[in-house]
Amino acid sequence: MSKHHDEREEKALRSGFSRRGFLKGVSVTSGALGSAILEEDAQAQTAGRLFGPSAVPITLNINGADQKLTVEPRVTLLDACRNHLDLTGAKRVCDRGTCGACTMIVNGKVVYSCTVLAIDVQGKKIQTIEGISQAGKPHPVSVAFVNNDAQQCGYCTPGFVMAAKGFLDRNPNVTTLEQVEKGLGGNLCRCGTYVGVRKAVLEAAKAMKGGRNA
Amino acid sequence: MQAFEYANPATLQEAVAMLGSSWGEADILAGGTDLISLMKDYIHTPKRVVNIKGLKELQGITKTATGLRIGAVVTFDEVAESPLIRSEYPSIVQAVLGVASPQIRNMGTVGGDLCQRNRCWYFRQGFGTLGKDKDGTSLPPIGENRYHAIFPKGDAYFVSASSLGPPLIALGAKVKIAGPSGSREIPVEELFVVPTSNKGREVSLAPNEILTEILIPSARGVRNATYEVRHKQALDWPLATASVALRMKGSTVASAKIVLGHVGPTPVIATEAEALLAGKALTPDLAAEAGKVAVNGAKPLSGNEYKVQLTRVAVKRALMEAMKARA
Repeated sequence: MSKHHDEREEKALRSGFSRRGFLKGVSVTSGALGSAILEEDAQAQTAGRLFGPSAVPITLNINGADQKLTVEPRVTLLDACRNHLDLTGAKRVCDRGTCGACTMIVNGKVVYSCTVLAIDVQGKKIQTIEGISQAGKPHPVSVAFVNNDAQQCGYCTPGFVMAAKGFLDRNPNVTTLEQVEKGLGGNLCRCGTYVGVRKAVLEAAKAMKGGRNA
Repeated sequence: MQAFEYANPATLQEAVAMLGSSWGEADILAGGTDLISLMKDYIHTPKRVVNIKGLKELQGITKTATGLRIGAVVTFDEVAESPLIRSEYPSIVQAVLGVASPQIRNMGTVGGDLCQRNRCWYFRQGFGTLGKDKDGTSLPPIGENRYHAIFPKGDAYFVSASSLGPPLIALGAKVKIAGPSGSREIPVEELFVVPTSNKGREVSLAPNEILTEILIPSARGVRNATYEVRHKQALDWPLATASVALRMKGSTVASAKIVLGHVGPTPVIATEAEALLAGKALTPDLAAEAGKVAVNGAKPLSGNEYKVQLTRVAVKRALMEAMKARA
């Protein structure tokens, strides 16, 4: 993260912004936000559905296990995993939902974890690169990436593996390079390992159909 | 990202009440594909973020007496997979698949697509909706403008980023909007507005309104298609798009709707090209002619004249695609 951003985030933190102070503030200025003008009862009910801005306890189901952590609502799923749960496989590269290095699978669908709030995916099944091996054996997609030399510097690799797994889980009958290209259109590799990645995905498709990863 | 309070309303009324009465106080969170990045860049610094994904009124794709209803939080992936949409609205499916990243399609919602902020790099760098410097000088005309509008309006040189706007307008769709005093319906073309101030918005929603549904009339007998010209086949923004909907009378076009995307601050309705097609049999030559007419009045900037030709091609190809489509 740039120095510029760090400074601004620190400033926001230093401002001592809190929900209590915020709600007080808006009710004094005659209800800038809706809840401040709700009846007291309604406000009390609504309050149960307001969280933060300071850190709040949340539970994430990651790789089959519930993880309890305390994070501010602004924390992304990626940062929650990397900075709070020691799951550093997913990489923070563009951090703007473009490059795919942070790809995780949420409820069976690939997402950019840098662009999902952690608090927003409670109750969903989150799968990270750390959770795809089975019984200590690498996932067929990981094996195929090794076999086909589908990585160079490695930053995009975890995201590519997750994107490929998510794609093959939903499209087990993939046979053409064109299908693979479309299926992995949300991931970038600056080293240019695409040729290896495409081959790896086709190889993994065969392996997964063969029942190696039923 | 500035710290904010996260709200999880249980009902639509509660969600509306949780929004602010002026822009900037609260933001609506659906897929987050635009909002999270806007917040990371401090372009949006809401004090509260209201999650609307849990609201039942905003979910699902259902058939109605007159056509189809798509809830605002339906994702692009759900649209692309929907048999109801695939059978009748190829123009929508093509627009949705134009967003070539599965991750974005899985997260991004139809309501978010319509309400997203523009992608002008001056706006994204903090120079306001219209991209003006401190003295009020518009930056796009004097700076880098290769992706900007060839149909600018007033001081708006950005392009509407919506993928669904053009096909929905071509199909005659409406959106339903909920606010503090109930709900209203407007045609999709009235959702898109040209902001007149540097703090203005690209859509006609009030700060405390929520787009809840898209209502599309039946397209039975309407040949429709979208064609996008992009630099890359993978995740990329279109350079120019055209969506068309043709009502046929035998082999001739009874009436045509042609709407251009990514060339103006709102989707651009190509009325001259529409009129050209009426009552004629559609041939490749006529489609090309429609493309030429569609860019009449284009005012490209210093670096985006190439988009004029791309727009001609998009119109021609969308029309030819529509003729192949099931009616």
